[in-house]
Amino acid sequence: MNIVVCVKHVPDAQSERTFNEDNTTDREGVDGLLSELDEYPVEAALQLVDAAQGEVTVLTVGPDQAADAIKKSLQMGAHRGVHVNDAAIHGSDAVATSLILAEAIKKIGDVDLVLTGLASTDGTMSVVPAMLAERLGLPQVTVASELTVEGGKATIRRDGDVASETIEASLPAVVSVTDQINEPRYPSFKGIMAAKKKPVETWSLADLGVDAGSVGLDAAWTTVESFEKRPPRQKGQIVTDEGDGGTKLAQFLSAQKFI
Amino acid sequence: MFELSQDHEDFRRLVREFAEAEIAPHIADWDRKHYFPTELVPKMGELGLFGLVAPEEYGGAGLAEGAFTYQCLAIEELGRVDQSIGITLSAGVGLGINPILTYGSAEQKQQWLPDLVAGRALAGFGLTEPEAGSDAAATRTRARLDGDEWVINGAKAFITNSGTDITSVVTVTAKTGENVDGSPQLSAIMVPAGTPGFTVEPGYEKLGWHVSDTHGLSFDDCRVPAANLLGEQGSGFRQFLKTLDDGRIAISALAVGLAQACLEATTDYAGSRIAFGKPIGANQGVAFPLADLAVMVEASRLLTYKAAWLKDELTAGRRSVREVKQAAAICKVYSTEAAVTATRIATQVFGGNGFMEEFPVARFYRDAKILEIGEGTSEVQRMVIARGLGLPQA
Repeated sequence: MNIVVCVKHVPDAQSERTFNEDNTTDREGVDGLLSELDEYPVEAALQLVDAAQGEVTVLTVGPDQAADAIKKSLQMGAHRGVHVNDAAIHGSDAVATSLILAEAIKKIGDVDLVLTGLASTDGTMSVVPAMLAERLGLPQVTVASELTVEGGKATIRRDGDVASETIEASLPAVVSVTDQINEPRYPSFKGIMAAKKKPVETWSLADLGVDAGSVGLDAAWTTVESFEKRPPRQKGQIVTDEGDGGTKLAQFLSAQKFI
Repeated sequence: MFELSQDHEDFRRLVREFAEAEIAPHIADWDRKHYFPTELVPKMGELGLFGLVAPEEYGGAGLAEGAFTYQCLAIEELGRVDQSIGITLSAGVGLGINPILTYGSAEQKQQWLPDLVAGRALAGFGLTEPEAGSDAAATRTRARLDGDEWVINGAKAFITNSGTDITSVVTVTAKTGENVDGSPQLSAIMVPAGTPGFTVEPGYEKLGWHVSDTHGLSFDDCRVPAANLLGEQGSGFRQFLKTLDDGRIAISALAVGLAQACLEATTDYAGSRIAFGKPIGANQGVAFPLADLAVMVEASRLLTYKAAWLKDELTAGRRSVREVKQAAAICKVYSTEAAVTATRIATQVFGGNGFMEEFPVARFYRDAKILEIGEGTSEVQRMVIARGLGLPQA
């Protein structure tokens, strides 16, 4: 089984994050890492090929630093990497990103399953998996907290607020997975050493036949007008119980639309 | 000259990530409860931390060169989050695995190493006795051959990893006779956990290293097969001396981790704690000790990795034992004394909070002292260094 896992290199939420002058996320001046939510599809892919053989290709779209997300995935055990890196991609929105990913997956070819995380931990839009499935003309089975692949079918469990659904799709399919699906492994010392010898290809937009004008900041369907730092947290409100504590709590929760 | 490569840095990042996710959230609780986290050991094994110096046939990394530097990086990064976990690895490899790897027969290696390298088991090494530490020749534990069995009697003290749920074997040094010059003949004998006559005493009440497993051991007509002799009869002392330098460099790496942790915690605190309307770090009275701390971290790290590199070069046959011995003693005495100073600076900057177990620097302070003692006290290191200078001996 050949699996492509789409991963993203994101700014480390633990460190200082900044924006560029064009209001895009600064991806060069900050520490980055493999989006934590993307460790889950990598692990899911590794478990599937551990059980049934095959190859795991990690695919990322991003600047030079994004190679680090591929490296980490290879250290975990993925077999090869594809990095789409082109200056024209800067500022691309989800629509453009899904186009680039779709063309790259077509170029990789012979793919049985495309796995993604639930969302990137920087943009957190969660729309790329659906767009990708649409572009590839494949079934989209998203938000999987369980995944089994058998007899040419992918079966997932999707946990909602009130019910869990079991959904089946024929392969090839695009599946996005949640952080409930598994416990991602750490790379190992041997994994680090082995990763150095694994093939990583770098493709440009031209390699994919994607018109540079159809992606990037200018082609984006949305623009960021401005940004500001999140205000410091407000002090909590203390409710003193004078016999009516329960009522006051209920009023507070109701005002916040929690109840 | 020596330098750390991208592979080293990748590996450092892996161990740091692991320590911050798997150790940091639990360590205050483990420390308070004096709990040894057995479940962590196989996870460390999966990372490959116990197999860095071991060949592939036992599940190790099978590195042609440079293994010890990786080992020190792992110890430093674990030690940066917690010293007890750092020493668990350091002793597990240096004292548990290494003697078997270096002196064991093919059968002994096959029997014990795969589990030890995988982190499914831990091994200890019993040299120190209530009345014999650095003066190993004063060892009182005796072993006599009775038919095809060794009969061991005596006691050992402060033995790391000797009483965990997964301890599989403890190698002990014992007097097995006298040499022609009248000096005691020491041999190393492997005693599997659970052997009748082998008692693991209750854990010590220690000042620090609460999460590390440390016990006294006693042997009362404890019988093990003659084949459990590790290496040659009478070579126990010589074998042990060879492991000393590694152990010193490893403790130095542990000290680097501790000083680094102090530097990070204290820099954060000095930048955010407000007194008299500004962060306390704006005062030179706080900033200068922090500058000193940064110097100590840098110097300790350089001395440690220089020594580790020399050790790797010695293994590759390009350096002498003498050079490594001197470098090991120098880095050990400097880094460990710097670490103790670092914890003193850190707790001082934290003020009253530094005395509270709520903040990790209090644990760091308690954990630091043993570094100046274990694997040869600072005084012993100075003895070694002075001897290396060619000074006349007492």
